[in-house]
Order: sequence, then structure tokens, then C-alpha cells
Amino acid sequence: MVFVARAKIIDADDISRILKRVAHEILEKNRGSSDLALVGIRTRGVFLARRIAGIIGEIEGAKPDVGALDVSLYRDDVASRKASPVGVTEIDFDINDRVVVLVDDVLYTGRTTRAAMDALIDFGRPRKIQLAVLVDRGHRELPIRADYVGKNIPTSGRERVKVSLEETDGVDMVEIGEERS
Amino acid sequence: MNPPEILKSGVSGPAKVQSPEANRPRHLLSIAELSSDDIIRLLDSARSFAEVSKRPVKKVPALRGKTIVNMFIEPSTRTRMSFELAAKRLSADVVSFTPSGSSLSKGESLKDTAKTIVAMGVDAVVIRHSSAGAPKLLTEWVDCSVINAGDGMHEHPTQALLDLFTMRERLGRLEGLKVAIVGDIDHSRVARSNILALNKVGARVLLVAPRSLLPDRVEEMGVEVTGSIDEALRWCDVLYLLRIQLERVSESRFPSLREYTLQYGLTQTRWSRLKRKPLVMHPGPMNRGVEIASVVADEVEPVITGQVAAGVAVRMAVLYELLGGST
Amino acid sequence: MNANNLNMRDRNILIKKGRIYTPEEGISSERDVLIQEGIIRRIDKGIKPGKAYVLDAQDCIISPGFVDMHVHFREPGMEYKEDIGSGSCAAVSGGYVAVFCMPNTDPPIDNASVAEYVYDRGVDEGLCMVLPHGAITQGRIGKALAPMGEMGSCRAMVRGFSDDGSTVTDSEIMRRAMEYAKTMDSLIISHCEDVSLNAGGQMNEGFYSTLLGLRGIPPEAEEIGVFRDICLAEKTDAELHVAHVSTAKTVKLLREAKKRGLKVTCEATPHHFTLDDSYLVSYDTNLKVNPPLRSRADVEAILAGLSDGTIDVISTDHAPHALHEKETEFDRAEFGMVGLETCLALVVTVLVENGVFSLEQALEKMTLAPSRIMRLERFGYKPEITEGTPANITVFNSDLEWVVDPLRFRSRSKNSPFGGWKVKGKVIHTIFNGSIVLEDMQVSPAGD
Repeated sequence: MVFVARAKIIDADDISRILKRVAHEILEKNRGSSDLALVGIRTRGVFLARRIAGIIGEIEGAKPDVGALDVSLYRDDVASRKASPVGVTEIDFDINDRVVVLVDDVLYTGRTTRAAMDALIDFGRPRKIQLAVLVDRGHRELPIRADYVGKNIPTSGRERVKVSLEETDGVDMVEIGEERS
Repeated sequence: MNPPEILKSGVSGPAKVQSPEANRPRHLLSIAELSSDDIIRLLDSARSFAEVSKRPVKKVPALRGKTIVNMFIEPSTRTRMSFELAAKRLSADVVSFTPSGSSLSKGESLKDTAKTIVAMGVDAVVIRHSSAGAPKLLTEWVDCSVINAGDGMHEHPTQALLDLFTMRERLGRLEGLKVAIVGDIDHSRVARSNILALNKVGARVLLVAPRSLLPDRVEEMGVEVTGSIDEALRWCDVLYLLRIQLERVSESRFPSLREYTLQYGLTQTRWSRLKRKPLVMHPGPMNRGVEIASVVADEVEPVITGQVAAGVAVRMAVLYELLGGST
Repeated sequence: MNANNLNMRDRNILIKKGRIYTPEEGISSERDVLIQEGIIRRIDKGIKPGKAYVLDAQDCIISPGFVDMHVHFREPGMEYKEDIGSGSCAAVSGGYVAVFCMPNTDPPIDNASVAEYVYDRGVDEGLCMVLPHGAITQGRIGKALAPMGEMGSCRAMVRGFSDDGSTVTDSEIMRRAMEYAKTMDSLIISHCEDVSLNAGGQMNEGFYSTLLGLRGIPPEAEEIGVFRDICLAEKTDAELHVAHVSTAKTVKLLREAKKRGLKVTCEATPHHFTLDDSYLVSYDTNLKVNPPLRSRADVEAILAGLSDGTIDVISTDHAPHALHEKETEFDRAEFGMVGLETCLALVVTVLVENGVFSLEQALEKMTLAPSRIMRLERFGYKPEITEGTPANITVFNSDLEWVVDPLRFRSRSKNSPFGGWKVKGKVIHTIFNGSIVLEDMQVSPAGD
């Protein structure tokens, strides 16, 4: 299967504007960054979380803790997926009584978010869990809603949203297209 | 078995009914059948699983609903515990089958025992057996995954994986690493699996033992051999000591434990003379005062207990690879 | 198959259009062979059948019936593996008209009454000659000589003596056995093995035993035994037959012994000239035999020994074992494999097709050589197809390809590693003493 892009919906400048806005929204909603922690969902969510944390650090003068979460061991669809290498989870700070913002690139069915919340709870009991995503493409299968959305992109089930980031793909952009075999 | 090349003209045998590739259970029977990529992938994945064991809740739901049978026909506390912990940390259900009081000691065949266990609907059997090849045999009778936890003098693949994991974490690399394995190579499945695994990832292996403790034509496995531990100590990055057993004396493999210690033991004198100390490893349990002096054992203890911790992570990686997700 | 019915029907048999093999003349052009009242009466072209029962031998070779010097028929004592009935069926299915049973039965064949029991059971079955070898020592335990003279003069006329499966470990007893056997005009068949070198051994000692973690049986265990027995045969001037040669050095020792003019003969099995120890990577317990499958170099030496005549005889060492004795851990499985029903195919496929030697040379090692060593003429067998000779005939097609399926073997046991092998060479008809005991196997597969 290969991804064939139909349109670029978000470019690099858009992404940096979006992340700045999301950073401000997080601070506004939580009245500052004192007990805030960001946890990115592997792979691209981790880099988004780091960038947002950097922006918050510039605004507030102090950077919140950032962690990385691999949710493959918590997925409810293990049996139907190809076993891929499991990434390392790094949460080397206490999450008890903190506000933890989960960060992911695309929100789709909600199943990854569900797995991420389960994983997170094994590390302690956060006061609140919030969700920030770069793109919400709809088609939820679980009662999950993002607190911070970069951009809503209505899609059909056949379509794919592809997020590219500087750190992993060499360029910042979001494309919409289809998988073709 | 396959006919030799000259006989492979067309028909290769009576058609055996086999399930399609995708649905066939996968096994870990030996290091011999793994590629270097397989080994590196398992070691990478083990690193992620090592983190799980450090969490406040040391359990992930990855194998929830899977049932694993620990079938230890030959006694072993450490490996069995390690597999059990690995399975439980992945949320699998684990049942133990041990021969004391079981029907195997009443003359039931391995085949019937295996069929019985499988009839109960399990996803994997972890087998430790005193007969080489028993895990491979088991795959013919069961429709679930089989994991070799040590078979006779043949192989102990997860031990080799955890040893490589430890070397890699401690020394940062495997390729080009110089590993000396000391002791009763002939009777050691740990040595066989380590030799094969180290070869595959590009490490160099030197076996240190009197000829009477080496298997026939072992050089053809791609190792060098020396009779001198002092030569090995000057050369190696890793010194891997094997457990020596007293019963080998009665088999005339070496004259006495005292003689063994003098010739092949990691004595305090040998250890203190070394300017550059190698990483000392041991599959456990150590014979203090025989293959390793007690003082030296205390000094290298952290590495050896590290091996034990690595064992759980590596076995989680193996169980997850075989049972988690389809291929 | 009911032998008595066949006896009635087959009084006169005409074998049509086969090429005849005789040790003296090799393989002829197409001929018919007419058998009347158990005797070969006429060999010619275009014989009119008349009232004779016709066997088609188109594209086939008509050979003297095969002789196997080394089988285990397990009766008395272990009939669940094989008995003289099922063993006889397997034998004729492989083209054999005479087989020699090793005495490791329970009770062992170490006296005339057990020897006669085996002989009589063979006569009762009536499919082929089932002739016993006797034990060298009483109870096969290597302590005291068995009554060779009595066994030799009983109905079974035992000539070969062997403790096969075990070795006579005490050299003094082996020396005396050879001296006594010489006096009795008997043959010592030695299973050569220095058992102290073979404690717990499961397979050949070498690279593969190292890789597989199975305890090794070093080639030297056999070679020391062979060397000792050659020394003793030289000292005592006894006739010695070395069973199942498996190593290169054994072949060398025997070649030298023959050069010195000793009365030494030997045999090799199809599995030892076909398989090497690399096959053991499958841990297939059907490959567990004693002596074990050796290295490729040993196999090459056996092929050379067969080719230059050092190895006189091809024997199967047909060793049936029940499924549960093989479907078990490798180190708990019994030693041995069945061989009667695959021997010709392996001879053709491995030896003849690969140019090790000609079909004629191969047949000599399955007919003339063993009959000479065992003096089968005493039982009315002659290794020839000539007018006036009792009809003991094997008709086979050396070009017919087939796939080995052990489940179709007529032996009670199925412990063969050759299942699924595509081989060439199949026995079509077997005639024993003028009776058709195997008919038209080209069309109907094995099994009744």
C-alpha cells in the first residue's frame, strides 16, 4: 500500500501557528503551567508535545515536563494488527495529581486515545487528563473528544490524513489522500 | 525431513494438510533459526519491555485473554519464574505443569500430555525438557506456539537473548565484541545458543576449556578455542563463566573441582592482576569458590542480577512477538 | 494373500517379456520364463502360454529372488512390532525370497528349539524363507557360548551366529567363539562396537551432534570393534562377517583385511549409503539407528567400498519399532528403521542412477553374495535364472518412479525416514518356490 496525496491542507507555517494557539489555549484553560505535564503518543505526538512544551516554556519561563507513551501494548486490536516493534515509554516524572495533556497528531476512531488513557493510568492518578491533537478527522468509535484541536478536517472513511513533521519526515505538513495498492 | 537434492524431482512427499502461513502458530525453538535482524529486533523490543518492569503498575494488557502453559519437565526455578513474570506482566494467564505428581512421571508420553494440554485451549507452551529436540517434537503435536526454555544440551534461546541484551546495554555494542565462554561447553545449551547468537550479530567467541569439556568439531561453529583462561582474560571484553558440575569428575572430564578452579576458575589472584577488567557474566546459579571466587562474585554481582532482570524483559519481548498481533 | 490358493493356481507360470539378470551373464535381452511345478523349465522368446498363468514383465528385469542377511522379525517376544507373518509380507513386497533373522528376540534364538520355532513359523507363513541366525552367547549377554553345533544341525541349519544389537565385549569370549565356530563350519556375524565409547550416544559424534546437543557415538566405537574382530579372525582363521559397516575407517580396515586374504566379508545398509548425519537436524527419530548415520565423508567411503567390492552384501537391517517407540523424545526413542520395502528403490536411486555401480553389480550384492556367504543352496536356492532351477524370482521395474508412503508398507511397523521420497525402482512380482507371493504391484499399490 502506498499513500497517494490529493491535497496539502496544512503547511509548515500553519503548523507553527496552530501549535502556538494550542499552547495558549492550554495555558488559558489550566490557568498557567504550574502542575502541567505533556505526554506525547508515539511517534509524532511526542515531537508535537515537545514543541508545545517549548512554546509554553517561552511564554511562562518554565518548561513543563514532557513524556513519551507507546500505546501498542494497550491496544484493543492487537490480534488483528501486525506486531510492530514496541517503542519505549518514557515518563520519568510523577503524574499523580498533575494535569496531563495527551498529545497526538490525528484523532480518528478514538481507540489510540483510549489505549493512551489506560496506559497513563498505570503510571498514577492524574488530576485531569486532557487531549490535544493537530488534526481531528472525525469518525469516532468511542465517546472521546479533544480539548484542543489544531484543525478539523472532514474526511471520508476511505481517505487518509498524513502528518509529516520535521523531526521524522524532514518537512512540516499535513496532506489528505488515499492508500493505493 | 527433506530428500537430498538429487531426489527432489517434482513430488516432495505426500501432501500434508497445512494451514496457510498466516494462521500457523509461530515458535521460538532455537537461535539457529533466527536471523541477525530477528535477534536485534527482539533486543530492541526488550528495551521497551524493560521499562514496563520499572513502572508502579508493572503490567500491560497486551496479551490479555491469552493462556500460556509453563511445561517444565526438567526442574528449573529461575527460568520458570522469569517466564511466569514475563507472561503475567503482559496480562496473559499462566498455568504451570510440573512433572512431580503429574502423569508424565506415571509413564504418560510427552505426546499424550501435549495433546491433553492443547485440548484445554492454550495459546503457547513454554517447554523445558531434558531431551534435546523435545520442543521441536512438540510443534508436531500442538497447534499453538512453542517456546524452548532449554532442551537437553541443545539450546536455551531466551538465555542467549538476555545475555546479548545485557552485553549490549552494558557495553553499547555487540558487533566486534570479544566474548570468552569458560567451562563445560559440551554439556551446555547456554553455550550453544550464545555461540550461535554472538556469531550472528558479529561478535567474536573464544571457548576456554580443556578439550575434554568441548564437543566434537566445535570450531566449525565459528569459534576459537584455548585451554588457557589467562590468555582469554587478556583478550576478552566479556568473560562468560558456565556452571561446572561435580558429576563431570566421575565422567573423567576433569580430575577434580580443585584442579578445575586452579586451571579455569576466576580466582581472586587472576582478577586482581587484571588492569582492564572484562564484563563478567554467569547464567546462574554461581558455584562460589569453584568457577568464581566469592570475592570476585560479590564484585560482579550487579551484572549477574542485571541478567536476571533482563531475562524478564527479553521473555516479554518473545511472548509479545509470538502471541501479540498477527503476522 | 493366501499362499495355498496361489500354490494351486500357479503350478504353471509364464513370465512374459522380461530381461533376465544372472550373476554370470548380466542382463539379457527380452525373454519369457516358463515355470512348471516350481521349477524353471524353459527360457526363450515368444513362449506360448497354453494353460500357464501369465505374469507380465514388460520393461522389467527378472532376477533371482533377493536375499537379506540381516532383518529383525521380532518373533518370538515382540510381535507388536513385527511377527514372522507381517515380516514375510514386507519381505516379498521388497522382492526377498530369503531373509535371515537376528536372534535378539525374547527369548533369544540361542538354542535349537527357538531356532526351529522361527524356521517353522516361516514355513507356515509360506511366503519366503525365514531363516534364523543364532546367538553367539547364551542369552546374548556375552558370558557363555551358545550351542552352535546343535543349532547348526537342527531343522533351521543355522550357520550365522551373532549377538547383534549387542557386541561381545569380552575379547576372550569372542576369540573362543570364533575358534568354536570355525570347527562347526559356522560364520560369526559381528556387531562391532566398543560400548564404553558409546555411553548414552544418540547419533554420530561430529559437527551435527555438537550443533544438536545430542550425545555422540564416535566412529572409533565401531572401528575399535572391527579392528579387534579382524585381529581375532586372523588369529583363529575363522569366517567373520561384519554387520552394518558405517564408517570410512571400517571400510579401510576391511579392505586391508581382505587384501591379506582373511575370510572376512561385510555388509552395508541402504540407510548408511544414502543418509548422512546432517539429516538429523529434523530430530526425526526414524533416523535414529545403531550404528548411527555418519558423516558425508563416511557415506562416500561406503559408496567407494561398495563399488570396489570391499563391501560384499547389501543388507537392510530391517528393524521394526511401534509408533509409540518412535513418537517420543529423541533420546528415548528406539534405535532402528524398517528397510525391506525400500531397499531396491534406494539401490536403484542412490547407487545405480548416480553411477556408483551398475544394476548388475548391485543385484549381485542382493543375491549371489549373500547366498554364497550363507550357503543358501542347502535350502534349494540358487542365485540364477536357468532351466532346471527352483523358481525363486523377483521381477522388478528399475525405471518405475514412485513415492514412498510408509503407511502402505506391509510391515507392521512404519518407522521409515523415507516417507515422501520420490524414488525409482519397484518390485512388481515375487515368486517363491514356484508360487506367486507378490503379484502386479505396478497396478495395485501395496496393501491387501
